[in-house]
Amino acid sequence: MKPSSLNVLVIDENRIRASVIEDGLRDAGYVQVTIIADMNGLARKITEIDPDVIVIDLENPNRDMLESMFQISRAVKRPIAMFVDKSDEASIEAAVDAGVSAYIVDGLKQERVRPILKMAISRFNAFSRLSRELEEARGELENRKLIDRAKAVLMRTRGLSEEEAYALLRRTAMGQNRKIVEIAQSLITAASLLDPGADV
Amino acid sequence: MKKYRHEITAGFLPLLDSALLIVAKEKGFAEIEQIDLTLVRERSWATVRDRLAVGHFEVAHILAPMPIACNLGLTAPAPRMIVPMALGLGGNAITVSGNLWWKMVDSGATADLDARSTGDALRKVITQRAGDRLRFGVVHPYSAHNYELRYWLAASGIDPESEVEIVTLPPADMGNALKDGTIDGYCAGEPWNTFGVLKRGGHLATVKAAIWKSSPEKVLGVNARWADSHPEALAALLRAIYHASVWCAEPGNHEELARLLSGDAYINKAAEWLRPALTGELKIGLRYKQTVKDFFVPNAKAATFPWKSHALWFYTQMVRWGQIEHTGPHQRVAGNTYRPDIYRSALKSLGIAMPAASSKVEGALGMETPVGSSGALTLGPDGFFDGNLFDPDCIDEYLSAQKQP
Repeated sequence: MKPSSLNVLVIDENRIRASVIEDGLRDAGYVQVTIIADMNGLARKITEIDPDVIVIDLENPNRDMLESMFQISRAVKRPIAMFVDKSDEASIEAAVDAGVSAYIVDGLKQERVRPILKMAISRFNAFSRLSRELEEARGELENRKLIDRAKAVLMRTRGLSEEEAYALLRRTAMGQNRKIVEIAQSLITAASLLDPGADV
Repeated sequence: MKKYRHEITAGFLPLLDSALLIVAKEKGFAEIEQIDLTLVRERSWATVRDRLAVGHFEVAHILAPMPIACNLGLTAPAPRMIVPMALGLGGNAITVSGNLWWKMVDSGATADLDARSTGDALRKVITQRAGDRLRFGVVHPYSAHNYELRYWLAASGIDPESEVEIVTLPPADMGNALKDGTIDGYCAGEPWNTFGVLKRGGHLATVKAAIWKSSPEKVLGVNARWADSHPEALAALLRAIYHASVWCAEPGNHEELARLLSGDAYINKAAEWLRPALTGELKIGLRYKQTVKDFFVPNAKAATFPWKSHALWFYTQMVRWGQIEHTGPHQRVAGNTYRPDIYRSALKSLGIAMPAASSKVEGALGMETPVGSSGALTLGPDGFFDGNLFDPDCIDEYLSAQKQP
C-alpha cells in the first residue's frame, strides 16, 4: 500500500475548513479523500466509506459516537484503534490546541499517519488564524465607520472641517489615554441622547 | 495584588447536572474561596477528556465512569484522572417512542416509571416482535446511561448484546432520532428526556432513580498532575462546589436555578425544560405527570461523596459488557480513581457530617437511614430494582453471578 492509497475521511461541519484540509491532503499525494459535512446518517456513511484514517474537529458532538463505533468494531468486525500514538504526548497536545483529532485503523503504522495529522494540525491552525484576521478586519471596518460618524457629528455641531474633527477626536483620546474609537463611541452615544431625532 | 489566589478552568456539557459548577461560579461560592473560575462549554465528552488531558482544563463535569476508563487506558489520550467529588445523584431517564410505549402498555406497562413492570412489558414486546431489533441510544460507551440501560434490560430478561441494538448519539440529537424512527428509545440526562416528551412524542419508561436508587451520574474529573501540584486550589474548589450543592438543593432556589441554567452561556434552553428535574415533577407523557422524590439529588444523601463502591460498580459493568478484562490490577486502578480521602480533608473545615466509610454495600439500605453519631446525615435507599446487592468486597462473586443468563 503506497502512502497515497490510504483512504482518508475528513468530518467537519465547517465546509470551508474541510476543503482546506482536503486540498492539503491532495497536495501531499493522498488521492482517496472524502469529506462529510452533513452529520445526518454519519455512522452509516462511515461504514460505507470504510476509512483508514478519520480526521475530525474537536467541536463535533459526534466524536462520542465515533469512539463508540470503534469500540463496537473492535468486538465484532475489524479492530480499530483510536487517536494517534498514545505515547506521543506532543502531537496530541498540538492537535488539541489546534482543535482537531484523528483516528486510525489499528495495525496501521504510526509513521504513515503522522504526516496526515501534522498537515491537519497546521491547516487547522492556519484556518483559525485566517478566521481571526477576518474577524479583526471586520472589527477594523466597524471602528472606521464609528469614527466617521463621530467626525460627522463634530462637523455638524461645531462647524469643524473633517480634518479638524479627526484631530479633536485624536487629541481627546490621547488626553484621556483611550482609543479614538472609544471616544467616537461615547460621542455618538452622547449625541443620540441629547438629540434623539438627529441622524448620528 | 491579585484578586484571586487560584485560577481554575472547568469544562462542562450543557446538561442539568452541570448545575453545581455553574452555581459555584454564578452565586459567588468560588469567589468566596478566592477562585477565579472559568467555565467552558463543550459538545462531546471526548473533547472534555482531551482538553483535560492536555491541560486546557484543570477540572471538568464528566461522566462518572469516564475517568475510570481513562485510567484503565481504554481511551486515548489517557490522562491520569482522579475523582475527588461527585456532582449529585440520579438525573437520567429512559424515554421510548410513543409507538413503543403503546405496545408496552398493551403488554402491561403502566405510567408509573416502575422499572420492573416496564422492563417486563418491554421483554414481552421484544419476544413478540418480528423484524429488526429495537434500537436504544446512549450518550457514550463509558457512561452511567449505558450501564444502567443495560442493567435494566438484562435484569428484565433482555440481552442487551443480542436482543436490542445500543448506539451512541449526542444527547441533543436523541429526541429527533426518536421522532424519525432511527431509535426506539434512549437513556439520557436532562433536559433531553423532558424535551423528548414535550416536543418529540416520547414517553418516559423509567428513571435512573428507579433502576438504582441514589446512584452516581456525573463527577468532578480532575487532571491528576494538576491535583498533585495544586492541593489547596482543589480543596478550595471542592468547598465551593459543596456550598453550591447546598444552594441547588434548596427548593426556594429552584426557580432561580432553572432560569440561571437556561442562560445563553450555559444550557441555553427554555427554563420549563429544566424545572421538572429540579422539582422531581416529571412529565412522563403529554398527559401524565409523576413526582419522583429523588429524581436528581444535588446534596442530600452524601450526593457529592465519591464512593469507591460506585467506582467499583462501574468497573464491574465494564467487565460485564466486555470493555475490559477483570484482573486485580485493573480493579485497583478503578477503585483508586475515586478519592474520598481528598474530599474528606478538603471539606473537614466545614464541619459537615460525612460518611465514615469510603465504600458501602450498594442496595443494603432499603430506606432512608441516619448514619454517624450526629444523625445529621442520612443515606439511602440505595437499592437496585431487581433486589440484588453489590458488595465491593466480593467482586468476583458479583461478576460470576452476572454472567448467568
